[in-house]
Amino acid sequence: MEETVEYVQATGLLSSVWLLVAIPLASAAVLLLLGRRADKWGHWLGVLAVGSAFVLGLSYFISLAGMENKSVELSLWDFIAVGRFQVDFGLLFDPLSGVFVLLITGVGSLIHLYAVGYMSHDEGRRKFFAYFNLFVAAMLLLVLGNNYVMLYFGWEGVGLASYLLISFWYTKPSAATAGKKAFLMNRVGDAGLAIGIFIMFATLGTTQYVDVFNGVSGLAAGTILVLGLLLLLGAAGKSGQFPLQAWLPDAMEGPTPVSALIHAATMVTAGVYLIARSNPIFSANHTLQTVVVSVGALTLLMGCIIGAAKDDIKRVLAWSTVSQIGYMFLGVGLGGAAYALAIVHLLAHGFFKANMFLGAGSVMHGMKDQVDIRRFGGLSKYMKITWLTFMMGWLAIIGMFPFSGFFSKEPIIVAAFEREGWTAWLFGMAALLGAGLTAFYMTRLFILTFHGPKRWTEDIEHPHESPAIMTIPLILLAIGSVGAGFLLSTSVPDWLEATGGLGAQEEPHEAVLSHGVLTALSLLLTVAGAGLAYLLFRNGTAKQEQPAGVVVTAARRNLYSDTVNEAIFEKPGIFLTRALVYLDNRGIDGAVNGLAAAVGGGSGRLRRLQTGFVRSYATSMLTGALLVVAAFLAIQLGWLA
Amino acid sequence: MEDLNLPPIDYAALSPILILFGVACLGVLVEAFAPRRARHPVQLVLAIGGSVAALVMVVLERNTRVVTIGDAVAIDGPSLFLQGAILLLGIVSLLLIGERSLEAGGPFVAQAALTVGSEKDNRQAQGAPGNTEIYPLAVFALSGMLLFVAANDLLTMFIALEVLSLPLYLLCALARRKRLLSQEAALKYFLLGSYASAFFLFGVALLYGYAGGVNLQQINEAVAASQNSDILLYAGLALLAIGLLFKVAAAPFHVWTPDVYQGAPTPVTAFMAACTKVAGFGALLRVLYVAFEGVQWDYQPVIGTIAVLTMIVGSVLAVTQQDIKRLLAYSSIANAGYLLVGVVAQNREGVSSTLFYLVAYGFTVLAAFGVVSLVRDADGEATHLSRWAGLGRRSPLLAAIFTFLMLAFAGIPLTSGFISKFVVFGAAIDGGQSWLVVAGVVTSMIIAFPYLRVIVMMWLSEPAETTPTVSVPGWMTSAAVFIGVLATLALGVVPSPLLDLTNDASLFVR
Amino acid sequence: MTLSPYVPIVGLLILGALFALFSVSIAPIVGPKRYNRAKLEAYECGIEPAPQPVGGGRFPVKFYLTAMLFIIFDIEIIFLYPWAVSFDALGLFGFVEMVLFIVTVFIAYTYVWRRGGLNWD
Repeated sequence: MEETVEYVQATGLLSSVWLLVAIPLASAAVLLLLGRRADKWGHWLGVLAVGSAFVLGLSYFISLAGMENKSVELSLWDFIAVGRFQVDFGLLFDPLSGVFVLLITGVGSLIHLYAVGYMSHDEGRRKFFAYFNLFVAAMLLLVLGNNYVMLYFGWEGVGLASYLLISFWYTKPSAATAGKKAFLMNRVGDAGLAIGIFIMFATLGTTQYVDVFNGVSGLAAGTILVLGLLLLLGAAGKSGQFPLQAWLPDAMEGPTPVSALIHAATMVTAGVYLIARSNPIFSANHTLQTVVVSVGALTLLMGCIIGAAKDDIKRVLAWSTVSQIGYMFLGVGLGGAAYALAIVHLLAHGFFKANMFLGAGSVMHGMKDQVDIRRFGGLSKYMKITWLTFMMGWLAIIGMFPFSGFFSKEPIIVAAFEREGWTAWLFGMAALLGAGLTAFYMTRLFILTFHGPKRWTEDIEHPHESPAIMTIPLILLAIGSVGAGFLLSTSVPDWLEATGGLGAQEEPHEAVLSHGVLTALSLLLTVAGAGLAYLLFRNGTAKQEQPAGVVVTAARRNLYSDTVNEAIFEKPGIFLTRALVYLDNRGIDGAVNGLAAAVGGGSGRLRRLQTGFVRSYATSMLTGALLVVAAFLAIQLGWLA
Repeated sequence: MEDLNLPPIDYAALSPILILFGVACLGVLVEAFAPRRARHPVQLVLAIGGSVAALVMVVLERNTRVVTIGDAVAIDGPSLFLQGAILLLGIVSLLLIGERSLEAGGPFVAQAALTVGSEKDNRQAQGAPGNTEIYPLAVFALSGMLLFVAANDLLTMFIALEVLSLPLYLLCALARRKRLLSQEAALKYFLLGSYASAFFLFGVALLYGYAGGVNLQQINEAVAASQNSDILLYAGLALLAIGLLFKVAAAPFHVWTPDVYQGAPTPVTAFMAACTKVAGFGALLRVLYVAFEGVQWDYQPVIGTIAVLTMIVGSVLAVTQQDIKRLLAYSSIANAGYLLVGVVAQNREGVSSTLFYLVAYGFTVLAAFGVVSLVRDADGEATHLSRWAGLGRRSPLLAAIFTFLMLAFAGIPLTSGFISKFVVFGAAIDGGQSWLVVAGVVTSMIIAFPYLRVIVMMWLSEPAETTPTVSVPGWMTSAAVFIGVLATLALGVVPSPLLDLTNDASLFVR
Repeated sequence: MTLSPYVPIVGLLILGALFALFSVSIAPIVGPKRYNRAKLEAYECGIEPAPQPVGGGRFPVKFYLTAMLFIIFDIEIIFLYPWAVSFDALGLFGFVEMVLFIVTVFIAYTYVWRRGGLNWD
């Protein structure tokens, strides 16, 4: 791991790499500033911006392929320069960020196109595209920055855009609540990332990737552990991993294209990007890697179990996203060559999950925004294209040969078995079990939606297929779901090897089970899971929620994670706020005035503010003063210092 | 009797203070002799012109590093920078104060002495031109601030403190609307302010007992020699710090802030939030870095604890606020906490980052209050948050500006709010105060929530029937808001020039 | 230790006491005597000393204005005294400073005068 990371300065075509961020940003600005005047053509501008970013990204990608050192840095200006702090406003285009750029702009363009149709009846379409473009710009900044501060910029930007887009349909109270929840949980993660960045400053004096990666070997093991855990907290917040997973399924309250782009294909994978990018840090500490792997394994199982008990089509998909990202965390946590495997799975997942989300959107479009899979059924006859494309996605996600999930997930399972000692069994079996469960609940979703008897609500007579503008992206993404896996799994690992620091290979341990056995096992489990689901659900299901045993009930309640969150974060927070408000408003007087002060509405409150409060203010100042003097004297007498 | 030896006086270095003081006196004379009609334009030109002249002198004197007039005043890097900052922010505040087109007669009462609700009072509320004493008062306050940040002995500092405080107490009482609230705010501020001044003075007395002088260098030497009773030193330092912490609104001495910020006329609130904060922190920096350098390890934990407490109180309480001015008041408290983090860092970066933060925050908060003064209904400003619902529909530009400012307060990247928090935390990390940074990051995550709530309120809510109209701002408010927004953006995107400047200006003369 | 420096002070004390005694005792002898209620009340700058009406009652603010103006000039005199005593030693600089001081007080005085602060009604 002693190899140093080197970046070269951008020249030629690559020196305009900043355009990737600037184009969507400019488009978002135009859409927001022009207001209603842009209502007629605004959505096309949005599509055009992302489309041209894709073309640009592709040309950068091609020119990068011809270069010897594939890590190209472009320093735009000195951002912060005070004493020891040097932060560059700079971009980095290397194989890792390259594939992300292609994923974001490629899948992004298709989803933008789809949204033109999906949002066509929405008054706020222009604003929607403005936020959407803003998101793309921020996401590109996130993956293109050449230091952690730039990454943090993008990180905050995507958080903001996602928050705006989740609560886009603000008239639904659930959407507003979901937006808040997403924001709060992301904040916990963001705090971890921010503190991590400051620790880098404190210990290494820099946040530039190149300096951090080259300096990390000189750090104490404890520092690396803390730093890595903080980064992991940030990654878990953004990617909906344990223990910060609860916001992601709730985020489905937003428009479906948002769920597809942000909460399936791109933003939620930012955590995986962060860990992959920071791999020199994570590779430097084995405990750290074990923690990442554990988080991944735990989350992937949780996601499967909860996903199997949900009845809302988008929520099932959301929990499957949580679970699939768990696989990616598992992959990046394994280190070495598995980094690349995780990225391959990420890219493949971007395709098939976006495909399925858009398919779900298409189903909802035809079924008057119904989301309950118990009220679908038999739709395969009415929505041929949606059905077929969704099938490709379904086969891909359960890892059926030769669809892309097989090529991307299976190597991760194998890699999990290549760990040392008993942990190989633990994590390997978790991954294997996850594959079977995935097959079960995804098949359940597919069968209940498209096959079996009709269980529609009374107001639906003829479900209709969506317009071409929505089906074309579906078809393209379906092609990706079929073919991408094989292509990616053969080319991407080699390609990524050129990424600074990623190339470091560790000699893999001998797998505890042979490769062939594992492949057979995972395929067997997949078929078994899918078959079981088929047998159970081919005749449909009850239209209402049925009483169930302990496990199912727990899964329906998100394994009580909300309750736990409430107890750990929300309750103390509310209590602290209340206590502080109480102290601040009522102060010492509260004890004196007691109930009399508490009674009375708004005007009474105002009056209360106008009389007699100075003395309580003065009392609290005096108390504070006494404490400060006492603290100083205590120090002087040596009690505190 | 022999002749006294007169101390040398560097008039050029003192000229900004003297100019402003002279302008304030002139302003009083204008009040006495100019006809009523002419007073407003004359006073406005006089006040802004005087401040610009003083600013020019600050710029011309930028390389001066002297201790002059009998060691009473130190004109050095920090004081010149702070004076420049106070003047710049002061000029922008004067623009807000001078606005007369938002309501008939301007935001200030015509005759403050009239009984609230009396017949005469109702008549003046109909649009009698507001009083113009506000200009000399504001300029007196400004001149006090200039002296406050440059004072090199504790008595001069105390005089400056009073010169800056007394006009502020008066200014708070002069709102045209909601006069009872305004008068109450002024009275509270006055009572608590004098209370805090008493602490300050008591501290000065104890320190005099300790060091045998009130000069900052003298105290520094006494601390280094360390022969006398430490109890005097620590008790004196504590009381002195309390007086200063009151002015910067640090917990638990923040109690006045929400009420005063809410009650005072909005332009005055803006003035206090921007300029007083600069002045207060300037003096705090000087006292702690020059006089008490030798005991920094002893006061760091105490001031650090106060910083944490301030951040927590400001950010947590902001969450429940329903009034935009109170929300901004709690945000100002929280920001005092972040600034204290920079102060406690005890290194050169600590000084320079605090200076940067002060300027960045000042511009943002001025613009924010400028926007607040534009959202009005029949009863004047509509400050209740529920009234802001759906503002994005009615006036997208204004809502967009306010959104940007809220994001800057929340420390979102590419605004000055991010850079200033970043450099302050960086300095604290460098100074070995990581625990403060952890507290800072966590609380800034909390306080982002109320800001976001305002944004959501404006954009993602249906306008209520009673959503207030947004007045068309006069050129002065427009200019003030524009300058504030521009500075917030510019300092967020290219902060290096100002960072260089603060870095050059961060050494105190000893 | 000689007590001589304190002799004048003791003299001043005795003189002061004598003057007070003299004034108080001479007044009833030579002054005219007209008794009325007001004479029996304590002197309180125009405020009715007692009993106060419920809630504190109102009284003219003018007394306070005058009193404050008086105090300002009082303080000015206090500053003028030490300067006058060491006028020679302070020289021209002291003179200019003192003029500036008086001018500043005078500016405030002008304001009060022009704004009608000296008018009783």
